[in-house]
Amino acid sequence: MDIQFTEEQELLRSSVQRMLRDQYSFEARRKIVASEDGWSRRQWGAFAELGLLAAPFSEESGGLGGGPLSTMIVAQEFGRHLVVEPYVETVVLAGGLIEHAGTEEQKQAFIPSIIAGQKIWALAWTEKGSRFDLANVATAARREGDDYMLRGEKTAVIAAPWADYLIVSARTKGKRDDRAGVSLFVVDARVANLDLRSFKTIDGRRAAEITFRDVRGELLGSEGAGVALLEACRDRAIGALCAEAVGAMAELNSATLEYSKARKQFGVTIGSFQVLQHRMVDMFIAHQEALSLMQHLNLSLGVGESGISRLASGAKSKVGYAGKFIADQAVQLHGGMGMTDELNVGHYFKRISSINIQFGDPAHHLLRYVQLDAAA
Amino acid sequence: MELALSPEDAAFRDEVRAFIAENYPKEMRVPNPETDLTKEQSLLWHRILYNKGWIAPLWPKEYGGPGWSITRRFIFEQETSRAGTLPPLAFSVTMVGPVIYTFGNDAQKQKFLPRILSGEDWWCQGYSEPGSGSDLATVRTKAVRDGDHYIVNGHKTWTTLAQHADWIFCLVRTDPSAKPQAGISFLLIDMKSPGVTVRPIITIDGSHEVNDVFLEDVRVPVENLIGEENKGWTYAKFLLGNERTSMAGIGRSTRYLDRLKKIVKAEIPADDPAHFEFRKEIGRIELDVLALEATELRVIAQMARGIDPGPAASLFKIRGTEIFQGITELTHRAIGNYGLALREHPLSANQFMPGPDYGHTASEKYLNARKLSIYGGSNEIQRNIIAKAVLGL
Repeated sequence: MDIQFTEEQELLRSSVQRMLRDQYSFEARRKIVASEDGWSRRQWGAFAELGLLAAPFSEESGGLGGGPLSTMIVAQEFGRHLVVEPYVETVVLAGGLIEHAGTEEQKQAFIPSIIAGQKIWALAWTEKGSRFDLANVATAARREGDDYMLRGEKTAVIAAPWADYLIVSARTKGKRDDRAGVSLFVVDARVANLDLRSFKTIDGRRAAEITFRDVRGELLGSEGAGVALLEACRDRAIGALCAEAVGAMAELNSATLEYSKARKQFGVTIGSFQVLQHRMVDMFIAHQEALSLMQHLNLSLGVGESGISRLASGAKSKVGYAGKFIADQAVQLHGGMGMTDELNVGHYFKRISSINIQFGDPAHHLLRYVQLDAAA
Repeated sequence: MELALSPEDAAFRDEVRAFIAENYPKEMRVPNPETDLTKEQSLLWHRILYNKGWIAPLWPKEYGGPGWSITRRFIFEQETSRAGTLPPLAFSVTMVGPVIYTFGNDAQKQKFLPRILSGEDWWCQGYSEPGSGSDLATVRTKAVRDGDHYIVNGHKTWTTLAQHADWIFCLVRTDPSAKPQAGISFLLIDMKSPGVTVRPIITIDGSHEVNDVFLEDVRVPVENLIGEENKGWTYAKFLLGNERTSMAGIGRSTRYLDRLKKIVKAEIPADDPAHFEFRKEIGRIELDVLALEATELRVIAQMARGIDPGPAASLFKIRGTEIFQGITELTHRAIGNYGLALREHPLSANQFMPGPDYGHTASEKYLNARKLSIYGGSNEIQRNIIAKAVLGL
């Protein structure tokens, strides 16, 4: 099942690799994270110039038609370099939703400025108490002319402090956690009546709590279709997040291996201890399995197989557990150094921890995987 | 689970419990006492215990200990930890104190012990170096005799709270030609000495707990040598034995488990399958705690009968740290999306943290707890100790 990448895909991979090697060293990233904004607009512009923001979009939308495999290639390299800029949020989540559910006008209005790197987007779906349930929505949308007025609160919205636009899930009818009554809306993030309280995330990014007090929203997709759209959007995002996690795992494994061959204790390298050798073999196996399942998911996303959502949950769970094991052990084997802010190992640990929260933790997706089987 | 107590010991337990309830300072009840207190604040409880005569349970009466039996020491440890009090600085009271009264001379005892008890001197530990983590015998910091001084040069690391310290106890190499363990001495160094520099190490939770300590041509009076030159390894091992007691952390784990249960109840509806999944995980950890607590009580009862538990301390270190890491992981997971947020250090009043108060320290605790299986002799080293010393492998 190994993927035979096309020449174009290999070119994409090598150009992302080259760019990140030249421009996104760990020190460069540290500066970006410590900056006032916490992300680099200049870097984002460079991503656009290289075509990374266009890669997955269809050619009709002005993209390069690379689909989920091109997202996978980019995300894997971003994971290796711990890129903080909101690629998943803007391109995969918002871009994907607009492309799949938007009207022609909406596509024309929004996709070109995403591809050109001019606008940043974030997806606001989580609420206090919603946990990882896409249908658990209390934020309300009330029809007013052609538009809707949104009222409610969203929580832990990643990249919201950077965003020009938000896609917001809100209830157009029904009771909280009623699947059929949720719709999606495009909201201008800079309007009055929208309060945004920013905070820093565990992986050096920014997120916000958002309060909407009668904020104008433009319907995206048909009314009541919100949960189904979000589910498909989550499957695609899981493909990208798993690719990022696998990229991070690869870096952790090679860093750990290298360290174990150099670090001496009791007169020998620590890599000569059998207990640590076996540990690193298990880390290697965990990475191999995660890589395979992640590729399998992204291939399936590309051909639009049925049952994809169950596979996405399965991959999120398996890759999540593998990532956690590798991250734990990479810190452990680096000893005190693994605990420091100075070394990149702890930052990979935190990135994997963050991915393991986004759209649901490994246990959540394991349960969902089981439930979807029982339903079949 | 409780130790079977005599009526006198039961009365003692009640006395300790009441004393904590009445006297533990409110200022010390902050979200994360390990990172959120100033030096002065963290010494408040120390001073209260000192005035009560309870600051050094381990110490013999002649040096200022309370003269408690093993059972009473255990009761005190259990009650203070169950109540969530911040333990007095271990490096002073539990570590260097016993080394000084066991191996030090009279002048050293008179000079240092009273100031350790009162909290006047804050001690840090100069054991680890960049090249020697679990393998302490490879200490490279050199001390060269020059008249009635040693000239010390070296680099100590992972030095906990060195930024507050008045003194550091150091392992230094005094005989470079001897075998690794044979050429080491145990030296007390005034942190105010010229040539001592402290550099913060920020850890992945964002906090400043540990430091690099650089020693450049530091002149240390020979009178600050503990015991004999080149016998430091003996004293260091004695001290590490003390470090690993009470590593089981039953009281702390029990408190954090109670808190976790409340969080799960508040965050996850009972009809959500995740609720049962959490309860199953919590149940498993509760049984781990119960088994470790039973083991601890068994060992305490044996010690009270004069049986030496030997390397059992390694068992407590391994399981105590694994259990606590498991609890911090589950707590971080229980708060769901709020687990993305991480408090910034140093803390500032206008910093915004999302979500309920009970979740505000979950991320940093989860990250910080990764150190537990590394420090104080990594859990791999502890397993080696059991393999060799208990199983004879």
